[in-house]
Amino acid sequence: MEQILANGLYLGAQYALIALGLTLIFSLMNVLNFAHGQMYVFGGFVTYTVVAQWGLPFIVGLVASAVILAVMGALIEKFLFRPVIRKSKRDESTMLLAAGIAFFLDAVILLLFGEKQRGVPKIVDGVFNWDMRLIMPYDRILIGVLAIALIVGFIALMQYTKAGRAMRALAQDRMAAQLMGVDVDRYSMIGFALGALLAGLVGGLLVTITGINLGMGGPTSVKAFMMIMIGGAGVISGAIAGGFILGMMESIGLTVLAAYGDITYLAIFASLMVFLAFRPQGLMGKPWG
Amino acid sequence: MLRRTLLKTSALAAVASIAMLGTAFAENPVLKIGFVGVTSGPAAAWGTSNQRSMETRAAWINETGGYDIGGTMYDIEIVSFDDQKDPKRAIAGMEQMAQEGIHYVVGPNVDDGAAAVRPVAEQNGIMYFPYAFPKELYTAPASNAVLGMVANYQSGPAIYKYLMENNGVKKVAFIAGNESDPLSQRDSGSAAAKALGLEVVSDSVTYQMDTTDFTPVLLPVIQSAPDLLVLSGVSPANAPQLIRSARELGYTGLISTETAQDAAVLQEGAGELANGFISVGGASTPELASDMMREFVERYTAMFGEYNDESNTKVYALEYILATIAANPAALTDVEAFKATMDTFEAPNPYMVGDAKLKYVGTTSFGQKRQVSVPLVVNVFNNGAFETMFVAQVD
Repeated sequence: MEQILANGLYLGAQYALIALGLTLIFSLMNVLNFAHGQMYVFGGFVTYTVVAQWGLPFIVGLVASAVILAVMGALIEKFLFRPVIRKSKRDESTMLLAAGIAFFLDAVILLLFGEKQRGVPKIVDGVFNWDMRLIMPYDRILIGVLAIALIVGFIALMQYTKAGRAMRALAQDRMAAQLMGVDVDRYSMIGFALGALLAGLVGGLLVTITGINLGMGGPTSVKAFMMIMIGGAGVISGAIAGGFILGMMESIGLTVLAAYGDITYLAIFASLMVFLAFRPQGLMGKPWG
Repeated sequence: MLRRTLLKTSALAAVASIAMLGTAFAENPVLKIGFVGVTSGPAAAWGTSNQRSMETRAAWINETGGYDIGGTMYDIEIVSFDDQKDPKRAIAGMEQMAQEGIHYVVGPNVDDGAAAVRPVAEQNGIMYFPYAFPKELYTAPASNAVLGMVANYQSGPAIYKYLMENNGVKKVAFIAGNESDPLSQRDSGSAAAKALGLEVVSDSVTYQMDTTDFTPVLLPVIQSAPDLLVLSGVSPANAPQLIRSARELGYTGLISTETAQDAAVLQEGAGELANGFISVGGASTPELASDMMREFVERYTAMFGEYNDESNTKVYALEYILATIAANPAALTDVEAFKATMDTFEAPNPYMVGDAKLKYVGTTSFGQKRQVSVPLVVNVFNNGAFETMFVAQVD
């Protein structure tokens, strides 16, 4: 049982961090960023290149992933989403644009980094073993703690900084925020950059554990969408809750249902359908709880 | 007058240019060979090693004047299609090959894709060389598919038997991805293990192909305490993670697979935790490799920057196609002539030292010769490189 809970918490922390970026972008701009998974993959490959190819410390790779993805996010918002949102009132225009960016990033990743699975050496050696009841490698513990620290840092940023307050105001009511003097374009760009930065950071963190490959983008986006559907789209606490709930469901399902074959996600999807039928806005609804 | 002369001169120059261009392009006729396989996503390494092997060999042939078929030198052009491991796209790819008049195609890489393209290949007179194991593709009445490698039901029993005799393995567990290839490989592997007298302690645990944390997946398998953990049909992307999670959970037994892997990927993803991992290697070892194989590796590395051990096997399909057509030039456009030639075909194997031959095998497994003969090389991974464990031959 201890092992199941620890696995669930570790999975939940990484899932929550993935979902945070997606829900931030959705709350600020009402954009479903289908390219979020590809941004995560890009971040992982940047860290891989810096650490495994150039031999620089892991922290440099992590910072490089964060910076490059933040710049990429800012450029995507300024030159792609902003004009489309300005010219088109239809939601599907931004959805199609996001899907197009996902395909484009897939092609760019293939060209820049190749088709192979990549990984970087373990950042911490050794395994925590509590009498065979709880086994957890130290690098997973470290990544889990870092993920939780990043989530706390993100919440603090949103709560206590001027930019955070501006983004929360934007998410609550775009028009009112604009009338109160919030620079909508500027904070939309900062928000998108922050969302992309989070995706890059998770990719950089997890490349040490799971490695990274070209095909991970799509499935990552799907899981992130599931998390924000559970927690409520556009709600930070909802994304965190969704991440931990999905991580725990996965951990319990994979252990309890192992004897029946690979039915864990079947059970999760079925539960999600029933849940959404009763509470379509997710656990915490929109906006910002 | 001057104008008329100018016009005549221009017209003559134009005709001469076109004639010279025509001559230049007509130096060697072009023989198109297709590739339909997966070159994107988690299994991209399988198809990419196919495509790059073919492109490397084709460029080499073209650079050295072409391939001699019935006294005519042909330039080789590779036409590639990424099926994204999707059977619907594999069908579209094979239809594109048919539209381009291509009669010989390498791929697809996986079971469902290979099964899906069968009607298209048979209706359009296409011989195809899949890297997929369903026996019905190669047994009569099917006759257009030729297995391009050693199947898991041929390599698996050989590995288990070796490990029983040399490592005292008694209990075995299987884990597979939830897709047709890994599941069918798990089923045939489990049956083969039971037939050899091994105790199968776990063969029901499966995982999603996009799993990022294998610890919870592996936990019940490791608790069954096997001597040998078989990663059935594992993709190069998932193998390092599974090995790493198993070792981190305290598993100290043997780990093996019947699919080909990449040493660099294992080293990056699992490091020294992958030491001792047993896999089916590319069909070559330093002891077996001829000068031509070494030059192929050099050319491949020069073209693409990094070699893939799988290409030791993937280099063969194009060579078999060209050598068989050369043995019977009627096969250029008539696959029935190709099939007739396969039964008696034999040529020197340029990639192996000694008197090894290119020949079609498979009579024992399929009742007809529908498999290329390549050595079964079983490798063990140690400190970033594969070491040969044993070499066998399929009949």
